[in-house]
Order: sequence, then C-alpha cells, then structure tokens
Amino acid sequence: MSKQAAIELKNITKSFGKVVANKDVCLTVYKGEILSVLGENGSGKTTLMNMISGIYYPDSGHIYIDGKEAVIKSPKDAFDYKIGMIHQHFKLVDVFSAVENILIGLKDDNRYNIKASSEKVKKICEQYGFELDLSKKIYEMSVSEKQTVEIIKVLYRGADILILDEPTAVLTPQETEKLFAVLRRMRDDGKAIIIITHKLNEVMALSDKVAVLRKGEYVGTVNTSETDENKLTEMMVGEKISLNITRTEPKDPVKRLEIKNISCINREGVTVLKDISFEVKSGEIYGIAGIAGSGQRELLESIAGLQKLNSGEILYHNPQTNKTENLRDKTPVQIRDLGVRLSFVPEDRLGMGLVGNMDIVDNIMLRSYKKGKSVFLERKQPKDLANKIIEDLGVVTPGANTPIRRLSGGNVQKVLVGREIASSPTVLMAAYPVRGLDINSSYLIYNLLNEQKEKGVAVIFVGEDLDVLLELCDRIMVISSGEISGVLDARTATKEEIGLLMTKHGGGDK
Amino acid sequence: MIVAFIQRAIVQGIPLLFGSTGEIITEKSGNLNLGTAGVMYMGGISGVIGAFLYENSVETVNPVLAVLIPLLASVIGSSFMGLIYALLTVTLRANQNVTGLALTTFGVGFGNFFGGSLIKLLDTDVPSIALSATSKCFKAGFPFADKLGVVGDVFFSYSFLAYIAIAIALVTSFYFKKTKSGLHLRAVGENPATADAAGINVSAYKYGATIIGSIIAGLGGLYYVMDYADGVWSNDGFGDRGWLAIALVIFAVWRPNFGIIGSFLFGGLLIIHNYIPNLTLSAQELFKMAPYVVTIIVLVVISMRRKRENLPPASLGLSYFREER
Amino acid sequence: MANIQKKTHEPLFHIAKRDSIPTLKAWLIRAAAIVIALIVCGLLTMLLTGENPINVYASMIEGAIGTERRVWRLLQDLAILLCISLAVTPAFKMKFWNIGAEGQVLIGGLAAAACSMFLTDSLPTAVLIPVMFIASVLAGAIWAVIPAFFKAHWNTNETPFTLMMNYIAIQLVSYYCFVYSVPKGSGKIPLLPKASWLPTIGNNDYILNIIIVAVITFGMYIYLKYNKHGYEISVVGESENTAKYIGINVKKVIIRTLILSGAICGIAGLLLVNGTNHTIASNTVDGRGFTAIMVSWLAKFNPITMILTAFIIVFLEKGAGEISTMFGLNSSFSEIITGIIIFFIIGCEFFINYKLVFRSKKEANSK
Repeated sequence: MSKQAAIELKNITKSFGKVVANKDVCLTVYKGEILSVLGENGSGKTTLMNMISGIYYPDSGHIYIDGKEAVIKSPKDAFDYKIGMIHQHFKLVDVFSAVENILIGLKDDNRYNIKASSEKVKKICEQYGFELDLSKKIYEMSVSEKQTVEIIKVLYRGADILILDEPTAVLTPQETEKLFAVLRRMRDDGKAIIIITHKLNEVMALSDKVAVLRKGEYVGTVNTSETDENKLTEMMVGEKISLNITRTEPKDPVKRLEIKNISCINREGVTVLKDISFEVKSGEIYGIAGIAGSGQRELLESIAGLQKLNSGEILYHNPQTNKTENLRDKTPVQIRDLGVRLSFVPEDRLGMGLVGNMDIVDNIMLRSYKKGKSVFLERKQPKDLANKIIEDLGVVTPGANTPIRRLSGGNVQKVLVGREIASSPTVLMAAYPVRGLDINSSYLIYNLLNEQKEKGVAVIFVGEDLDVLLELCDRIMVISSGEISGVLDARTATKEEIGLLMTKHGGGDK
Repeated sequence: MIVAFIQRAIVQGIPLLFGSTGEIITEKSGNLNLGTAGVMYMGGISGVIGAFLYENSVETVNPVLAVLIPLLASVIGSSFMGLIYALLTVTLRANQNVTGLALTTFGVGFGNFFGGSLIKLLDTDVPSIALSATSKCFKAGFPFADKLGVVGDVFFSYSFLAYIAIAIALVTSFYFKKTKSGLHLRAVGENPATADAAGINVSAYKYGATIIGSIIAGLGGLYYVMDYADGVWSNDGFGDRGWLAIALVIFAVWRPNFGIIGSFLFGGLLIIHNYIPNLTLSAQELFKMAPYVVTIIVLVVISMRRKRENLPPASLGLSYFREER
Repeated sequence: MANIQKKTHEPLFHIAKRDSIPTLKAWLIRAAAIVIALIVCGLLTMLLTGENPINVYASMIEGAIGTERRVWRLLQDLAILLCISLAVTPAFKMKFWNIGAEGQVLIGGLAAAACSMFLTDSLPTAVLIPVMFIASVLAGAIWAVIPAFFKAHWNTNETPFTLMMNYIAIQLVSYYCFVYSVPKGSGKIPLLPKASWLPTIGNNDYILNIIIVAVITFGMYIYLKYNKHGYEISVVGESENTAKYIGINVKKVIIRTLILSGAICGIAGLLLVNGTNHTIASNTVDGRGFTAIMVSWLAKFNPITMILTAFIIVFLEKGAGEISTMFGLNSSFSEIITGIIIFFIIGCEFFINYKLVFRSKKEANSK
C-alpha cells in the first residue's frame, strides 16, 4: 500500500506572550492512519491542533496538505481543506437543536431544509450506530450526547482529516469502545485521524502511530506496534522516573471531618451526589479518584460551603475545643466564624481561587482582608506573606505587585497553594492541584501536601493521575456518577482496581 | 374614536417597529447597540438633508425622486453609523456600551445640529425646514382606503413605509427561523467561538447585521420626519423613541414578529393619555410612563422564568477575539 | 480545490494580545488619539464655517476658559459631571452596567426641589439643608437599588432596567412640574425659594459645589483603593466565583454598591437643583448621566484620572459651544465634537491592548 501524507507540519512555532506553546514541531499523518498525539497536560498538544484547525495562527512554520503548502487562517479555511476538529470543550450553541448545530457554517448549494438535512444526519447515525434525538436542544443533553453531535457534525461535512481533543476524558468505557469502533471504521475509509490524549492504554489500543510532545517540543513519532507503555512514558516525561513520593505513616490519626449521607441535586435537576458518607482523619492524605465530572467538584464545594445540599450532614471535629460543628448549608464566612480552619485549592484557579487581574498581594489578601475592625485594608501583612511565598516556593515573578494572570500556570498554583497553607488549616482540600504543572512544580506541591499531613492536617486530594494517587495518599475513595464505589488502602491497591471502580456506576457526568 | 386611536397608535408604533427590528438584527449578532437613538436621528436628518437639497434645487418635485433621494440619503447616513459602531466594537474590540452611548451623543448632536443649522449653512432664504412636497410623496397611500370604511381606516390608511416596516419585521422573522444565513447569524450571537470554529465569518456577520440593523432603524427616523411630522424637522422632536425601541426589543423577546404587535401596543401606550377622558395635563405625564413600566415588568418576568429561548443572545455585549485564552 | 490554490499567500499581519504596555506608552497612544481627533474636528469645523483651524482652536479655548467667569462656569460643570461620573464608578467597577444615572440624579433633584417648595416656610435653613440632603440621597439610592435588587436575586439585566428607570423619573418630574406649574398648565415651576438655595461661600456662587465634589472624588479614590468594601467591589467585578469562594455575599455587595452609587447621584441632583439651577425640569440632567459613563470608562474607573477625562469633555463642550455661537450655528455642534473625540479615544484602546504582528520578511522569502 503506497502511503500518502494527508497532512504534514514543518517547524511549527507558536508562543503566547513569553510562553512558548509549540517550538519547531514537525508531524506527518498519512491517509488511512490513526495518529495519537501524546503528551502531558500543558505540553502543547491542543495548541498545535488548534493551529491545524485554524483557531490559532502559527508564528512561524509551514503546513502541507496533500503535499501542497496550505495557509489555514481561520476555521473556514480548515473546512475547505476538509479538516474537522472535535474540541475538548464542545463548540455547540446551547439553545440550538442537534440538527441546527450540525448545519451551522455549512455552505452547500442546498436550500436550508431541516427535514431533508435531518434525513441525511439520520443516515450517518445509522451507519455508525449513534443514537440521537435530533430535535433535542443542546442544553438538555448529557456530555456524551453533546460529543456525539460534535462527531456527527464533522462527519456530515465529510472531513478527511479528523482531530479529536481528549475525546474519552468524559466517556464511560462502553462509550469509549463505541467511539473507537467508529474511528476505526473511518480509518478504514481512508481518513486521517489525529487523537489527542494522555492515556497510554488508549494510545496502545487505538492508534497506528504515536507522536510525542514534551513541553511544547516535538520528541518523535513511533509505530505503536514497536513500542510499549514504558517507552512512551519515557518519551513523554524525558527520562524514566519512578515517582518516589515519600509517604509517612499517619501520626495519631483522629477523626477530623465526617461526611454523613450527603446528597445533592443540581439546578438542572440531576443528582450529582448520592448518599455519600466518609470520614477523613488528621494526619492523612485522603485521595478521591473518579472520572472527570463524577461529583468531585460538588463534593468539595459542599464541604467548603459553596454548594447547597439536599440531605446529609458534614461534621467537623474541632481539635482545639473538642466540639463538633455541622457545616452543612453554612456559608464560607459562617464556617470561618465557627473557628473551622478549612483551606480549599479549587480546580479552577484563575476563575475561582484567584483573581487574574489583581496582583499577588491583593490575591493573598483574599482570605484575610476582613480581619481587623478597621474599615480600611491592611496591606502590610499580605505583602510580607506574598514575599515569603514568592521566596519559599520559588515563584517566578517580576515582583509582588505583578498581576497574577501574567504568571505561568505553575507559578499561579504556587501562589494559590501557598496562600491556602498560610492560614495553618486543619483541613486542606486540593482539587487537581498539579494539573498543567511541570514535573518540578508538581513535586513541590506533593511535598507541600506531605508537610501539611505531617503537621496533622487532614488533607483531601482529588487527582486524576492514578499513579500519583497511589503513591501519595493513605486512603483512596473512588466515586462514580456521584456515588462511592469503593474505598481502598493506597498502600495495597492497584491501578486496575481503581480503574474498575471508577466505572462501576457507568462513569461520570450523568 | 377607537378607529382613530388604533390609527394613531400604529402611526406612533411604526418608528419603534423600524428601530426594534433593526436592533434585534444587530443584537442577534451579539452587538448591543445602545446607539440606536443616535442612528435613528441620523437616519431622519440624512433623509431631511437629501430632501431639502432636492426640493430646493427643482421647481416641481418628481414624486419618485422625492422618495428615492431622501431614502438613499437616509440609508447612507445610518449605514455610516452602523459602520462606526462595527469598526469600533468588532475590529477594535471597544466596549459596546460606551461605543453605543458615544454613538447616541454623536447622532443626536448631528441631527439637531444640521436640523438647526442647515438653512444657514446652505445660505438659502427659506424660513424653516418644512418639506411639505416631499412629505406628501411619502404619505401617498392606497387610494381606495377611504372607500372601505373602518376596514380601510384601520388597515389601509398608512403610507408605504409603514407597510415596509411590517414587511421587514416579517421577513426578518422568516430569515431567523428559516434560512441558513439566519441560523449562522444566531449562532454568531449565541456563541461566536462555535460559529467561528464552524467556519462562519464572525466579523462579517457582525458587520453585516450591525449595518443592516442600523439602516432599518434609520428608516424609523425617516418615517417619523416625513410622515408623522409632515416633513417638518424640529430639534429633539424625535425624543426618546430610540431608547423605547431598545425597550421594545426586550418586550418582543428578540422576535421581530412579536415586535409588530409590541410596537402597536407601545404606540398605543404612548398616546393613550389623549384618549382617556377628563385627564389633567399632569396625569397625562404619568400615563406616559406606561411603556417603560411595562418593559420593566416584562424584563423582570423573563428573568424570573429563565426560559432559555427567551433570554437574550448569550454573547450579547461581548466582543470576540479568536486567540483569547 | 481551485479556490484554495489562490489563497495560498501568507497574511501580512495578525493580531495578538499584548502582555503589558508601559504606562507612559499607553498615555502617549491616548494623547495621540486626542490630537488626531482634534485635527479631524478642526477640519470639520473649517469645512462648515470656512474659518481657518487656528482661529477655530483659539475660539474654543476662548470659549472654555477665556474669562474668569467662564473658568468658574467650566469648573462648575466639571464638578457636576465629575460627581455623576464618580457615582457610576463603583457600580461599573463591579461590572454592573448602571446606565440609569440620569434618572437617579433627576429623582434626587426632585426630592430636593420638593423639600424646598414645601419645607422652606416651616424649617430654618440650617435644618432644611440637611433634610434636603437626606431626601436627595435617599431618593437617588432608592432609584438605584430597585434594579440592583432584581439583578441580585434574579439576575435581571440591569442595562435596560436602569434605562427604563430614567424615563420613569423623567415622567415623574414632568408630572410634578405640571402639578405645580406657574402659570397653570405651562409645565414649568418657578424658581425655588431663595432660602432653600445652597449657601454660597464668600461671594462665589460656584465654589461650594466644587468643594463638595472634590471631597467626594478624594473619598471615592480612598474607598475604592483602600477600603474593604472597595476591595470587595473589585473582586465581585473581576470574578463572581472567586467572590463566592472567599465568602463574599455577592447579593449584598451589589445592593450596597448601588445604594452608594444612587446616593452620590442624589447628591449630584441636589447640587444641580439647589446649588446651580434653582429649579427643576425634566431635562435638568441633560444627558450628563450618559456622558458620565463615558467619562468614568475613559478614566479606567480611576477617580483621579476622572478629573482629567471630565475636564476634556466639559472643555470640548464649552469650546464647541463658543464656535456655534460665533458662527450662528446650532449648539448641538459640541455633541458632534464630543462624539468624534470619544470615538477616537475608545478606538485607541485597541492599540494599547493588542499589537499587530507582522510576518518577518526573512521567513516569507524562504518559502
């Protein structure tokens, strides 16, 4: 079989301000082939794909399609080259129906005719075995339904080059299998498929070739048949590293936080937490694992006083007064006024934990500005604290008065974690604290969590990397579809066990 | 009495209908143009300038030219306004509210300035701007309206621009619901990133919708001077109808066909004080609040019900930059 | 595919967001925009009047600050505009698009006028003035807090809401003026009793207003920058999620801020009615509520910078007013000039926030 290159990237470079997202990346995808683009979070995978699909424009470098140089200035150009991208964050119009979304942007000669188009869409659905109510509005759909719409949208356009950005992050194993079957069928039709992922098992199961990116740089491409997960990991992280996170035995654990039968129904009427009970002890790191969107966010937010619950209790045992407080339906201020020293590193750093346009000092002040009787702000202490955090955690910044949004992701996180730890908490919750961080920053965060643990803090750690969870935590609770599917001892559990429990109730986002 | 009321209500409503249809088109693209008041002044005064130049340059007016020249002038004037707005908010990504307010200042000022200074600037010897000949051409209606009694009075007694206003509203409604381009426009206003990723030229749609919306709104100003005011320009005569048109957009929940009914209702509310017997002058002023109070009630009800279809376009008021991150 | 072939050329440049820009450079860009705008305005004036541009600019300056009286008048107008601009600022900083300052000022003025008309006979001036002050502040605050209440609880869009409140205020004033008009039915009320006028300092009619507004300016600067409430306003404006996360009661902040905003508008109404015009009519505020929004925005919500932006606007209004009187043109000429200048200033912000990146020549040649 003579292979023909569908798309070729040569020396693509793109930077955002001072951050280089892609540097001299070269890549070739052949027709009838599935290529995995593998890399850690923040390695520049999505940026690269966005340049192929016309969202970003490269600073330098060239793209060749079918052997001819192509200039992709906009998504429209990308469509003209028959490139279709399924974004991680779906690009759908909420108030439109499925079929309307599929038809957006199409410029064929046909008159606009919902009925006729619906028939065509239905055919595609039958061909690949999708089940979809075409007149359903997007805002009424589940995540996997939305993804189906996205895929049909690309298929409807007859794309020859398909790019999927982390398509399985939100899917159940069954849905993933279905998706892979579709992708294989498309490959057999002669389409070129690029799938972005950081899940090695999926790379091995699906792709013909793997291209690896590390910190924005292109490492190389290998044939899947000639490699294995270890070799790929090595390419991905540079050298083979075992995590080697130190873990100590919890010292005199006492019950600190007790969650009793909490349930939560969100505004759309979906049950996001169902009868969850667990307890966290002082001096331990309590891990929470699960597919993204299984209720982790709601769980932490309800403990932090940000989420209303429908039933259950959240009990806090105060080590100083030996009193027990119920935190349910209390606001963050009320919780603080009860003397509960609860710190929370939320998943959405710049959207929730920090304010991007404010400087480091003002961000440090977020937690403490209310202190004191004066009506005026006291910036002296926050400034000292800011400087201390910058020095202790090695935050790279021009100064304490630099707006947070100008810092890189790792430095942003250092400021956030530094602030949350500074209030010497008794409970510390961290949601995906190392997401998008480089290895060094990640280790710094692990060490900080361990330090807190040794100080007797009850640490709750929500993570996505199972290896990290297994090496860092003392116990791991696995949740699936808002329900607890198991609690494991992290010293003896295996990845497979956790993986199985994660999908026990049918995965996330239901 | 009732017939006269309906007639006057509709005549009052037509400028609002033009204004709100134009604003709906603009808002559907995600641009909240608070400059509609200015645009409508501009549409009116441009038409006046065109008509004034034409009337003063010929002995007897040709009815076709007397309509076409002001119409063309109005379209040029208001599309210029739309262009400024689009240039600032779409290309230069300026704040929409501030741009809109500046546009109102400029447009209202432009209208009043030329309305007040046109005669001096052109060194003509007429005492005031009264374009009765042009107005007569604009007011030409159906000759058979008189013979149809009440039906004729209520349905056929208006000038051609009034029917155009209704036609434009209906066509716009159809355009949103039944055409691909309408679907694209709505997508741009709801979620420009999605529209962009789907290959729609977001800027082109925003420019197009803003300029066409402005032209339509400008016709409202033209109708007001030429028909309602009999071709007599008076400064600030148009009043706050531009703002009322924006209120009407909300009242009509962004649907031009609802806007037709809404505009007649608003028109009625504007003049109802004239038709309630024994109303003192002061009480009349209280009645003039009616359209504003009604709009607030609708606004509150919509926000309490939070039905997705009745909410404004999701990206309304925001500018779009593809590489934002 | 044929059409794709044709398009295979590199775009000349593309737009990228700037990381940051030195403050000096930002102000240079703004200054350049104003200069260009003034040239455009000069050309326009020349076109309309046939006068040479130097004379045009000279008469603008003459009209704005040519005599001592004119300087005082300018300062007085500046004070009122600045006062309203300061009033809308905290709300805007919170991203609450309050375009209802017009109504809030007017209703504050109405409260003051009503107090003057009905209480002057029964209260001594020393009591009357505090009473008027409280009445105006309350009226302005109520007018602002109604939309804020609905925004806080049901997320009702505040832009149209506050806009509609303007017209309700205008109609209320209009109603009031008809009820108490002299002569009956004229729709105009007579001058307010002299005892209810705000006192003058020395023989100067203007200075009290100016002092009051100077105090408010300074106070607002301190409030926004150093006060805990001001800090909360910034947090809510930047990210409502963060505000909730650290336990700020967002509803409370919205309502509290709009009470403040409305109260200052009420003071502006008092200054306008009892300190300047000594009467009230439905057009007393004369669009200042809208102009103030532009003033506040152009100053990036900084009260001190606002002195400058308000000055530019008032100066232009006065200057353009002079031109229109000189050449017998309509006084709306100043609105055209103001509009053009603002277009240029808001347009230039683009060049402060974004930069154009040109493809380097070398690379373009290498292909």
